[in-house]
Amino acid sequence: MTIVFSLFLLTLLVVTAVAIVRTSDLFAAVMLSGIFSLMLAATFFLFDAPDVALTEAAVGAGISTVLLLGALSLTAASEHASSRNRVLALFVVITTTLTVIYATFDKPAFGDPAAPIHQHVAPWYFDTTREAIDIPNVVTAVLASFRGYDTLGEVFVVFTAGIGVLFLLGSPGNKPRKSSADARGLRHYLIPRMVGRMLIPFILLFALYVQFHGDFSPGGGFQAGAIFAAAMILYSLLEGEKRALAAVPSAWLHAMIAAGALIYGGVGVVTMLLGGNFLDYSVLSQDPIAGQHLGIILIEAGVGITVAGVLLSVYHAFAARDSS
Amino acid sequence: MMTILEHYHYLVFAVILMTGFYAVMAKLNLVKKLIGLSLFQAAVFLLYISMGKVEGGTAPIFSDLIDVELYSNPLPQVLILTAIVVGISTTALGLGIIVRIKEAYGSIEEHEIQELDRK
Repeated sequence: MTIVFSLFLLTLLVVTAVAIVRTSDLFAAVMLSGIFSLMLAATFFLFDAPDVALTEAAVGAGISTVLLLGALSLTAASEHASSRNRVLALFVVITTTLTVIYATFDKPAFGDPAAPIHQHVAPWYFDTTREAIDIPNVVTAVLASFRGYDTLGEVFVVFTAGIGVLFLLGSPGNKPRKSSADARGLRHYLIPRMVGRMLIPFILLFALYVQFHGDFSPGGGFQAGAIFAAAMILYSLLEGEKRALAAVPSAWLHAMIAAGALIYGGVGVVTMLLGGNFLDYSVLSQDPIAGQHLGIILIEAGVGITVAGVLLSVYHAFAARDSS
Repeated sequence: MMTILEHYHYLVFAVILMTGFYAVMAKLNLVKKLIGLSLFQAAVFLLYISMGKVEGGTAPIFSDLIDVELYSNPLPQVLILTAIVVGISTTALGLGIIVRIKEAYGSIEEHEIQELDRK
């Protein structure tokens, strides 16, 4: 059953991808890419990756669609023409596709437990997670503890990208506001507003659950930050920019961007001062395993704060820009 | 027949990857190029996650409630989880640059921008 379902989803993904590229209506392309992301999230779930599915659903289907629509409202709604080199591009693409497919002929079959990827270091991570970290979610354990350096680097990439967008588009606080009609959001549409008002508290609550229950079930800082930002973006769309910025002022958002990265790096420095290696949480407590738990909760909080701050600031930067 | 089904995800990966690449090369609209780039990225995500799947396995979360012997590989999932969030941040940066290009040139079509540059 699962295999039929995943074949169906994979085929739909290809169809949607081709439709996205073929349509000249950019609005349709953005909507289709939202649908593409949602189906991709379902595929990830079928492939035993609930953590990734959660992230893709919140980020790909939610936030990236809103950001693309924001950019479209500031630029153009449709594209004019394709390049004159279409035939050449098509030739390159078809040749490369065939080469890539040829290269996969000797690759392991789908779901093969004897594939090299499952033989090398993966069993070590399972065993050591049980002994040294003792949290059920292996993805969180690898992300936050074993590969804490990589995650720190990724948080800094998100941090830098957020700063970059704020430099490019200006922080929302010191720009002239859009005309009042735009700033009102969807407040005059009764049904979306009422439904949103009921949903938003639960989405925020779910974000907190995903944040703090990430050690035991799918979740963690990246997902929680994205879900939190999605809830606030929904609030902003329904109630208007002004009220959203009154609820979470942009100064707070800027502080969040920096604070999250600082918490993460700060935990690393504290572990060094306590005599351990950078980001070795075992020294945070008498009991090394309790120390690991504390460290993971702290750095996941840092990740969540930075991701939520960056995504919300970026959204406000696009929304506050005047389209003239 | 069985081999095609077992290698179907590679096929899908290659086609989506190159569909995105085609948009980056052949489309002149900058937003469309960026959407193509995220398709390219999504294809890579799909490849990694499908490689981590083990037949008959389940999500890599230990549980006392159910008796599980086989888990899927968590390592590709960790890589892709962070890559998705980094991807949206870089896409947002790209969109920011496009908005500024529109303000400076009045267009987001590559050939029009190049013509304005030549003047």
